[in-house]
Amino acid sequence: MSEISGKIIAIYGNMVTAEVDSKVKQNAVAYCCKSRDGIKLKSEIIRLRGNEADMQVFESTRGLMVGDTVEITEDLVSVEVGPGILMQIYDGLQNPLPQLAEECGFFLKSGVYSPPLSESKKWHFTPLVKPGDKVQAAHHLGWVPEGIFQHKILVPPYLSGEWKVQEIAKEGNYTIRERMAILVNEKGDQKEITMSFKWPVKIPMKGYAQRLLPSEPLVTQQRVMDTMFPICKGGTYCIPGPFGAGKTVLQQITSRYAEIDVVVVAACGERAGEVVETLREFPHLQDPKTGKPLMERTIIICNTSSMPVAAREASVYTAITLAEYYRLMGLHVLLLADSTSRWAQALREMSGRLEEIPGEEAFPAYLESVIANFYERAALVKLYNGQTSSVTIGGTVSPAGGNFEEPVTQATLKVVGAFHGLSRARADARRFPSIDPLDSWSKYTGAVLPDKVPSARQILVRGNEVSQMMTVVGEEGTSIQDFVLYLKAEFFDRVYLQQNAYNEVDQACSLSRQEYVFSALLGILQKEFSFESKDQARKFFFQLQSLVLNWNEAAWQSDSFKEIEGKIKELLK
Amino acid sequence: MRTVYNKIDQITGNVVSLKAKDVAYEDLAVIEGERGVSLAQVIRINRDQVYLQVFAGTKGISNRDQVRFLGHSMEISFSENLMGRIFNGSGVPRDDRSPLSENMIEIGAPSVNPVKRIMPSRMIRTGIPMIDIFNSLVESQKLPIFSIPGEPYNTLLARIALQAEADIIVFGGMGLKYDDYLFFRNTFEKGGVMHRSIMFAHTAADPVVECLLVPDMVLAVAENFAVQHSKKVLVLLTDMTAFSDALKEISIIMEQIPSNRGYPGDLYSQLARRYEKAVDFEGRGSVTTLAVTTMPGDDVTHPVPDNTGYITEGQFYLRRGWIEPFGSLSRLKQLVNGKTRDDHRSIMTACIQLYAKCKEAREKQAMGFVMSSWDKKLLGYGKRFEQEMMDLKVNISLEKALDRCWQIMAEFFEPQEIGITEKLINQYWPKKNV
Ligand SMILES: Nc1ncnc2c1ncn2[C@@H]1O[C@H](COP(=O)(O)OP(=O)(O)OP(=O)(O)O)[C@@H](O)[C@H]1O
Ligand SMILES: [Mg+2]
Repeated sequence: MSEISGKIIAIYGNMVTAEVDSKVKQNAVAYCCKSRDGIKLKSEIIRLRGNEADMQVFESTRGLMVGDTVEITEDLVSVEVGPGILMQIYDGLQNPLPQLAEECGFFLKSGVYSPPLSESKKWHFTPLVKPGDKVQAAHHLGWVPEGIFQHKILVPPYLSGEWKVQEIAKEGNYTIRERMAILVNEKGDQKEITMSFKWPVKIPMKGYAQRLLPSEPLVTQQRVMDTMFPICKGGTYCIPGPFGAGKTVLQQITSRYAEIDVVVVAACGERAGEVVETLREFPHLQDPKTGKPLMERTIIICNTSSMPVAAREASVYTAITLAEYYRLMGLHVLLLADSTSRWAQALREMSGRLEEIPGEEAFPAYLESVIANFYERAALVKLYNGQTSSVTIGGTVSPAGGNFEEPVTQATLKVVGAFHGLSRARADARRFPSIDPLDSWSKYTGAVLPDKVPSARQILVRGNEVSQMMTVVGEEGTSIQDFVLYLKAEFFDRVYLQQNAYNEVDQACSLSRQEYVFSALLGILQKEFSFESKDQARKFFFQLQSLVLNWNEAAWQSDSFKEIEGKIKELLK
Repeated sequence: MRTVYNKIDQITGNVVSLKAKDVAYEDLAVIEGERGVSLAQVIRINRDQVYLQVFAGTKGISNRDQVRFLGHSMEISFSENLMGRIFNGSGVPRDDRSPLSENMIEIGAPSVNPVKRIMPSRMIRTGIPMIDIFNSLVESQKLPIFSIPGEPYNTLLARIALQAEADIIVFGGMGLKYDDYLFFRNTFEKGGVMHRSIMFAHTAADPVVECLLVPDMVLAVAENFAVQHSKKVLVLLTDMTAFSDALKEISIIMEQIPSNRGYPGDLYSQLARRYEKAVDFEGRGSVTTLAVTTMPGDDVTHPVPDNTGYITEGQFYLRRGWIEPFGSLSRLKQLVNGKTRDDHRSIMTACIQLYAKCKEAREKQAMGFVMSSWDKKLLGYGKRFEQEMMDLKVNISLEKALDRCWQIMAEFFEPQEIGITEKLINQYWPKKNV
């Protein structure tokens, strides 16, 4: 591979400008070579003007000098995909962090990179095609076992047109560097296929027959999400909220309980400590569906807040590309990104250094389209073999001052299918998950009695109106009917919308349980009560509430579940 | 010998620029002139034009001053000899003792690899019930103290320094009032902790941008004591708002487009890089960080507290002279408060719920409503709770504090009114002397 080189002429933060004379590609990978200590810093070309190339450096530029050499490669910023990605913990540029820890100890080291996939590990390959078969992009040539899945070996999606299998490896053990197949096309081009290939992260990995409308609900086992503001496989949703409102806890609990094949966790510019919880707990937690450790269905991309800022942007793209790759195997993938605001801030920093004309709050004018393009990569698709599979994206947003009117929240709201807005007031009152039941919305149809949801919502809305009114006229000035309405709304909020993430039973509520409990509660919400006094009404709902809270903490269909249900019925007589 | 440059092209704010060669990004330079010697750092290079941020400010610097580049970025001497020493914002001794030059280490080094982190698991006792019971401080936690200017935040910080279980205290003052600097020094000396403390103090009288190096020096020293000497290090920083304001100043001079109220767009990353240095090193020591963030106008949505809240693991609100039970949060408390005494979590919840109800009763009272007997109980309880638990003067162990909570509750309530399980009530409810 011929390498082009250039000379650095300017350095400003993590932006470096180099003079180059030959052909270079936008978004190509380059290495800034520090003459002082010989360390090479990975960078990406982000603007070309005349013979000047502006690069964002994925490391601290400390020690770099004008005149230092830049080596420019032909490759765009890419990930390498193949067996061995699941269970991994990568940084934003797909360096395996455990590997780096082995090499460098406690601290990350600038300029140290490591191959993303093991080159020596042998995988047991079983072919799915035979010589003479016709195949096209993303066709499954064979498979290797990867944890709980059959990891499909794909025809790389960059191969266009029809190809014929000339040779295919026999069943046996191979490394990712060995040749598994030779493909030829009509023009006589020959391609050697291995178990892995590289893919540029900013280009969506397609290779499916068609996109479908998301319609199958993605069950998260969180009542307020599944019942009130559902999400769908192949859909998108966002969770904006001020600090401490519960975005991360909600994502963590979703990554555990979502009924999905693969979860990609992208910790983008947030606390490292939060990833550690996942790292340390997932190997010991069971996936309820497979009985295997949760880690086996999880990929972690970890570019936390003190890691290089420019790699934050890459990290969300790395995450989505890996998700798209597993989608091509026929799997349903959920990508959880916490927090997309940090990625937008990285964009803003770079845009400032490039001296682009800023938009609102100094974010670049193209912020909206960048966000839209990212969420557009989520989709439910039909593969060439007829299977359907999906990538769903859920992103948190951390708005400055907790104010949703800011550019990142607004741009995200335009493109997502569901909005789970967390409210400071609910978090302060410890009403978790603090998804605001009045402001949030979803364009998807849920799996839990979707026809009945509007009437529950109606009660919440009216209960809220009464509560507003009561702050003015006091309890005395409120009619008992209105007061009961208010109590009903509060009751439903407390026992159904709120869910205790730290209680072993309550933290996950299965679909059938949600249906059962929701219809029971709906019965209560719609029941006419006649109370003699407000105190009596309050006392009644208080009793009811404490019973239902206990009910929530009893295992589904257990003896104690039935016993408490009996008490509830008794009280309602 | 390195080249000496004699011509400065431009001086704006605290930034000077000149033509120079063979200079690396973030290298240090020394500017010498009539004013004396000032330290500066490369913050931008454009062909042969080099921009330097002058830590002592540019007042009195002339366009003919001499500029000499040191060929490396900021370093600090690291050894046991640091103990008991006091430095200024540029790392120069402030205590009339000789400068240190052995074993120089880099400051602002790369972050810890996330996979090397472990789950925090040890509580740091402070003797302050509002922290120990209600929002336990955990080893390796990063917590800010959000405070309106005028609250006794420095007194609180100094007390935590004296009482917290830590091997070494590394103190970083930014924009400190000179009196506050003396206060910390005297408190550390009188409290007998100076021999295991290291102070970096930048005062309000010093040039503003000189405080920019303080957190990095403090954290580099702390990190090295934790990793190399396996020490439990407590880092105290005050005031991170002054630090952020210095960042703001530089970014404005460099004509960066501000994102929010004049603060640079990378404020979050700048703060996070420093706060994330709080780590528990497996098999070694740890760094725990407490940092004061004053809130201009008591506004949490101000960019500094706002960005801080997104970074830290909770926050203490200091208001009206005490740590507010509402809004204050230690996000790591549940990792430790299940392992102290079996009534810890129940007391924590019950006392706060009753105090919340007391506040409601006070509101009703203020609106002129009649107080029921229940309301009166709450009012009595609230007052005692404030005096005997919330008051910052209270200084007792966790166990004594828990006992005291039981006593206060028993004085006003019946056992079934406090929402604690029977088992704990039987064990802890104070027996009344009839
Ligand atoms: N579902 C929940 N149940 C109980 N407590 C919760 C829940 N969600 C959040 N909390 C509490 O709120 C705290 C903050 O939650 P979390 O870390 O998820 O906030 P966040 O919105 O991600 O904040 P930031 O923007 O600062 O990252 C938690 O430490 C926990 O104490
Ligand atoms: Mg979070």
